[in-house]
Amino acid sequence: MLELQHISFSVDVDGKQKDILRDINLTIDDQFVAVTGPNGSGKSTLAKLIMGIEKPTEGRILLNGEDITDLAVDERARRGISFAFQQPVRFKGLDIFQLVSLAAGRELSKDTACEYLSEVGLCALDYVDRPLDQSLSGGELKRIEIAMMLARGSEFTILDEPEAGIDLWSFQNLISVFRHLHEVTGGTILIISHQERILNMVDKIIVLEEGRVAQYGAKDDILPGLILEVDDCKRACDHFSLKGASK
Amino acid sequence: MTPNTAVKEDIVKDKIYQNLLKEVTGLYAMPMGAFNIRADGEGVDRHTTANIDIVTKKDQPGIDIIVKPGTKNESIHIPVVIGRSGLNDLVYNDFYIGEDADVTIIAGCAIHNPGHDDSGHDGIHRFFLEKNARVKYVEKHYGESEQGAKNILNPTTVIELGPHSYMEMDSVQIQGVDSTRRDTRAVVGDGATLIVTEKIMTSDDQTAETIFDVKLNGEDSKTHVISRSVVKGQSKQKFISKLEGNNKSHGHSECDAILMDDGRAIAIPEVTANHLDAELIHEAVIGKIAGEQLVKLMTLGLSEKEAEAEIISGFMK
Repeated sequence: MLELQHISFSVDVDGKQKDILRDINLTIDDQFVAVTGPNGSGKSTLAKLIMGIEKPTEGRILLNGEDITDLAVDERARRGISFAFQQPVRFKGLDIFQLVSLAAGRELSKDTACEYLSEVGLCALDYVDRPLDQSLSGGELKRIEIAMMLARGSEFTILDEPEAGIDLWSFQNLISVFRHLHEVTGGTILIISHQERILNMVDKIIVLEEGRVAQYGAKDDILPGLILEVDDCKRACDHFSLKGASK
Repeated sequence: MTPNTAVKEDIVKDKIYQNLLKEVTGLYAMPMGAFNIRADGEGVDRHTTANIDIVTKKDQPGIDIIVKPGTKNESIHIPVVIGRSGLNDLVYNDFYIGEDADVTIIAGCAIHNPGHDDSGHDGIHRFFLEKNARVKYVEKHYGESEQGAKNILNPTTVIELGPHSYMEMDSVQIQGVDSTRRDTRAVVGDGATLIVTEKIMTSDDQTAETIFDVKLNGEDSKTHVISRSVVKGQSKQKFISKLEGNNKSHGHSECDAILMDDGRAIAIPEVTANHLDAELIHEAVIGKIAGEQLVKLMTLGLSEKEAEAEIISGFMK
């Protein structure tokens, strides 16, 4: 179980304080939880604060009752938090097999590493010895990032927009990968996403707006409202574009 | 000069020399195929094959390695080991690779310096590849010092690539070489290709300077020079690359250096196109380890030090 208590995060922009997150209070202990909200609402910052990549300006973070606010990234990782980056990192020289092994935290056989890669739809033999570098496309990198999460099998996995760059054909498979990830870990999977199909598979949804928790509850209570909002917005956009066209 | 068999006995028994040999060749035992082992300035063991002859030079220290036309899948090991302090070894080795031959050459020098005087090795290697010949040349340099005396290695490599020949040169210097000046010069003929990959890691107050001078003289000649460096401690590295396109050709040089501690690196590219269809590219990237790479590995549970070590070892692999 992860608890965020009065978490705020601000940055200095040209000498002025800009609040990114304001007094976030959340308890997350369900299987699948999605974080959604407009661009700039603080979703990725929230993920980085949980992983320890950023430190909160105020507030505490507790994992299974332990205060982890002051722990470094690697200490949090060893306590069971994993993070699939929105924009995966490339390395010069480290190959995919090494990275999947590092993620697993043990010497893997090539066969086992290949199983993880196959699960995310990569033809494993073509990839396992390749360097994780510029030669890979964005979509390939995202899949490898998820394969690393499978290898890690952590208690609390954060996926930051895992669907970005992944083609529609693979999308359904991705959802089954997330389900399998949960079967492997038995823990919580926190997915940052805008995709309705991903929001539809989770237990709970957190909606962030302007750095605050606007809504947090069961998917069935929150998702219909979000879809209505999108429809309203679309109608408004259509209305204005029609007016613009008639001028 | 024929190999000195009395010294050979000592070398075979001596663990230090065995370890030095292992550093260069990756082998504990005498290698298969053709070889010439030079220890403390003398040839100590040699083996030739039906296709590969090794002949001691008469006018200067060193050997001629002659590979018959059509020789396929054979290897030549020519390691140099130095286990003495205050020895400055100079050797001239010439490789004549016959038409259509395809061989692997493992060379390099390992020094164990037990005393207070500097030791060094200057290997001047010249390669002459005939039409369609192929060579993979692997060169490893290594040093260790008991009393803090310096180990100095200054290799010169001169390459002449005949029509449609191909040479791949991999050189590695990871540890214990205090000063090095590496000079590689090549002339690439019609349809020929030269690929060079160099990896150098320096630490403490070591210095490394490397110069590549490649003349693309042949039509459709190609070269790709890749240098990867890690510059630690107070060490300094300098990378000079000169590509000259004198015909329809393609040249690409890449210098990629990671700085750590107070290390300093300089990259000096020079590309000269003397022909309308010469395409020449130079890339140089110098900087510390990307913070996001460290963070990524830390999210996998590695400490910052462990993450740094993984990134460096991958980069130098």
